[in-house]
Amino acid sequence: MRLDQIIVSISGLFLAAGVIWYFFLYKRKTVRAEDTEGVQEIKISVKGGYEPDLIVVKKDKTVKLNFYREETASCSEVVVFPDFRVRRELPAFQNTVIELLPDKVGEFDFHCDMNMIHGKLIVEE
Amino acid sequence: MKVTDPICGMEIDSEGAMGHLEHKGENYFFCSDSCMEKFRQNPEKYINSGSTSSKELIPEKKQVTALTGFSNKADYLKLEIPIIGMSCASCAVTIEKSLKDVAGVQKASVNYANQRAHVVYDAQKITSPDLLKAIESAGYQTGGAVLRIGIKGMSCASCVDKIEKALKEIPGVLKATVNPGTEEARIEYLPEMIQLAEIKKTIKDLGYQTVQIGDEIPEDREKMQHEAEYKKLWRKFLLAAILSVPILIGSFPEWFPAWAAVPQQTRWIILFALTVPVLLFSGSQFYIGTWRAFRHHSADMNTLIGVGTGAAFLYSFAATFLPGLFPQNLRNVFYDTTAIIIALILIGKLLEAKAKGRTSEAIKRLMGLQAKTARVVRNGKELDVPVEEVLVGDIVVVRPGEKIPVDGIVQEGSSTVDESMITGEPTPAKKSAGDEVIGATINKIGSFKFKAAKVGKDTMLSQIVKMVQEAQSTKAPIQRLADVISGYFVPIVIVTAIMTFIVWYDFGPAPQLTFALITFVTVLIIACPCALGLATPTSIMVGTGKGAENGILIKGGEALETAHKLTAIVLDKTGTITLGKPDVTDVVSLNGMAADDLLAMSAALEKSSEHPLGEAIVESADEKGLKIAKATDFSAIPGLGVKGEIDGQTVLLGNLKLMESYQIDLKDVLDESRTFAEQGKTPIFVAVNQRLSGILAVADPIKEDSKEAIRRLKDIGLEVIMITGDNSKTAEAIAKQVGIDRMFAEVLPNEKAKYVKQLQQEGHIVGMVGDGLNDAPALAQADVGIAIGTGTDVAMEASEITLIKGKLTSVATAIQLSKATMRNIRQNLFGSFFYNSLGIPVAAGILYPFFGILLSPIIASAAMAASSVTVVSNSLRLRRFKATE
Repeated sequence: MRLDQIIVSISGLFLAAGVIWYFFLYKRKTVRAEDTEGVQEIKISVKGGYEPDLIVVKKDKTVKLNFYREETASCSEVVVFPDFRVRRELPAFQNTVIELLPDKVGEFDFHCDMNMIHGKLIVEE
Repeated sequence: MKVTDPICGMEIDSEGAMGHLEHKGENYFFCSDSCMEKFRQNPEKYINSGSTSSKELIPEKKQVTALTGFSNKADYLKLEIPIIGMSCASCAVTIEKSLKDVAGVQKASVNYANQRAHVVYDAQKITSPDLLKAIESAGYQTGGAVLRIGIKGMSCASCVDKIEKALKEIPGVLKATVNPGTEEARIEYLPEMIQLAEIKKTIKDLGYQTVQIGDEIPEDREKMQHEAEYKKLWRKFLLAAILSVPILIGSFPEWFPAWAAVPQQTRWIILFALTVPVLLFSGSQFYIGTWRAFRHHSADMNTLIGVGTGAAFLYSFAATFLPGLFPQNLRNVFYDTTAIIIALILIGKLLEAKAKGRTSEAIKRLMGLQAKTARVVRNGKELDVPVEEVLVGDIVVVRPGEKIPVDGIVQEGSSTVDESMITGEPTPAKKSAGDEVIGATINKIGSFKFKAAKVGKDTMLSQIVKMVQEAQSTKAPIQRLADVISGYFVPIVIVTAIMTFIVWYDFGPAPQLTFALITFVTVLIIACPCALGLATPTSIMVGTGKGAENGILIKGGEALETAHKLTAIVLDKTGTITLGKPDVTDVVSLNGMAADDLLAMSAALEKSSEHPLGEAIVESADEKGLKIAKATDFSAIPGLGVKGEIDGQTVLLGNLKLMESYQIDLKDVLDESRTFAEQGKTPIFVAVNQRLSGILAVADPIKEDSKEAIRRLKDIGLEVIMITGDNSKTAEAIAKQVGIDRMFAEVLPNEKAKYVKQLQQEGHIVGMVGDGLNDAPALAQADVGIAIGTGTDVAMEASEITLIKGKLTSVATAIQLSKATMRNIRQNLFGSFFYNSLGIPVAAGILYPFFGILLSPIIASAAMAASSVTVVSNSLRLRRFKATE
């Protein structure tokens, strides 16, 4: 094997490992929804992803999610909460409110229509 | 010290003011920076109007007219408030008391019958919201109309207060809240007292602009956005396509000697110049998308295309401007690849957007059905009002050709109504007094008045829209695998592409770097996560939408998936197979009595009874126009029949046991009565003065389409089972007539669920069809509950599928639709799995060692674009679904 081939192979493997770490193993930060007057409210900006995308809320308390879509790219135009049976279009540059009442503890995914952009609602006691 | 902000008129504490300014020796305090800034710019304007600004807070006194129901006298206003939640007459007293306790209320009376409170109050002392509070504190709700108005021009927080206050002062406004965040006011008001225009005027008079917001507006905005997005995509595609032509030609100098004469580097620089606009304008969304997703530790389709085309471009860029880096055989450019991939992916996206728009057509059509205005009678006059202002209890007038605005019950007049848009039933329905009409259906000929029973979000149309929307948000369990895969898909493809690069670089033929790069790009480009992601949702959207068009509401993907697996279907007899409304089918008179007389006599006796079979007899006599005499000395003999005197004759009416207990001779009619029972009819004996006069046969008629529906269900391959509370003889007769082989008879209503369970234990996947309240447990126990007819809410809640029209054939159609949808989903999933699992290895060059086949990245991009379009187009095929008869 030539030297350049060894270099390419090793750096390629490192790159592949980096891809796996970056997309799968990286621990993301969670954000707790703010509790005002019995309603847990949080603003989520939608721009190629959900920011924040890991949202911690309390059980049995209305959650008000204010989605603000900051792009016109069609990928993010719909958000789906399959466990709550909610599918909503998010008009660009506009606030779209989604209200949910989590009555079970657990982790509930939400994502775009094609399941590419992901977020998680973490419901705690 | 309390002071007033001269700009917005808010009362503030001078200590806590945001700021203060001195002007001509006077101190002015402000609630916010923006108010202060406004003042600074033009103080005279505000000082001069300062004295009037506080007046602005109170709107001009309303013009009082007989029409609006205001008293002309002094400042006493009369208000009529609809109340919700009064369940007994004593509630009225509670509310009255609570109202009278409010200082300023002169008179208060609450009418339980029309659920309204009539209040006379001093408008100087109190406003309508005060009355509302009193009613709410008594534990009741008011039934005002709700209006949302957009308000523009609110600059500071105090504006909110100002508008709310002014709105609340308008007599007839019950509640007003202004949300500065969404720039909108939510007003609860009594429509008979106020016109929308007055509310708008009040807001305008305060110096703000009002904007109409309604459910149809955001949707229009959505549509406009989609169109704008589409146009943008189209322009991007056009540029990429146009520039791709010279780039492609320029990439093959061997075909054009004149072009080949130009030095290589010059050629490449020209190609580079042509490619840059494609990259920056047409392809920008892929790079921006890649970056945005990357920041969120996620990767999507943009990542694949962005990295793929980006790699090809960067390599070409280096070869063009830094050729020294490469040995002679590696100096290559891929500008054509970059530009053409972008053009092809864009056209794929365009086609996909068009097709995706069509998947939600059904629900958009449903939403568009809502009438915009209604003609209601208020204070004896016909008024055109926005449909949002129609209240429960309003009398609505419908003329020929008009759309019925809300749900209700016909009061007078008659007509035929086209209900196909809601029920899927093509024949128009006849309507006369007492019949229900559904909002959004179209009145054909004739006009009528009806009483609104359900408005706003409670109308059947709104319920249907909500249910379909919810259904479209669900997934079929079959999608789970695809979901798991698509979650890992893109990063795995990137890793695969890197591995491909390494393998070609280490073991491939020369020029290794070129091959490695081409395969790397091809792998990235050919992978299509979109097809996987779109497979189920698009089919479910089209399938549930198609169902709604046919009056079939399916709760979601899971219901669809279970419905297509059913092996047995249980049909409740009454109301499902039969009409649920007994009818006199035969009248056999004996001993010289005329048939009509027999019927009239029976009706006279049954008039006092409440038995459902008795009702059928009375109805039948009424239909024939028979004169019904009055029975005296009436007595009901439970479980047997009735007895009474008519014109001095003692009449007995009832079953066999009753006749036996009175020792009536029945030998002439025993055969006949047995025949009736065998036909599924209930024989009723009539004796006058201890002598048998005849038999009436009463039966619950079988629905016209039952037999056909059951045949269709059997054709699908289901075991059809009937369940009923009837005695086995009658049940057997009915089952035989409609072609059912298996039945459960003499089942008590609360036992139905048990029998469903029994079938499940036999290994069946059971569908249960029922209509009523006592079916709810059985509907819930079944794997798929199917509520038939407009039915009860409980039945709808407990069931997975609701058939709006009470037709049994719809059950077969619903199951066929679920089968068609599931087949469609499977095709989509198989197609996209197959495509990806075949395409990626081929792109990586797995065929090269054996057949020398290597995929061009351009072909890969065409395949990728075609794959997602194919999936959506396949889903759209479902729109052509037709049930097989």
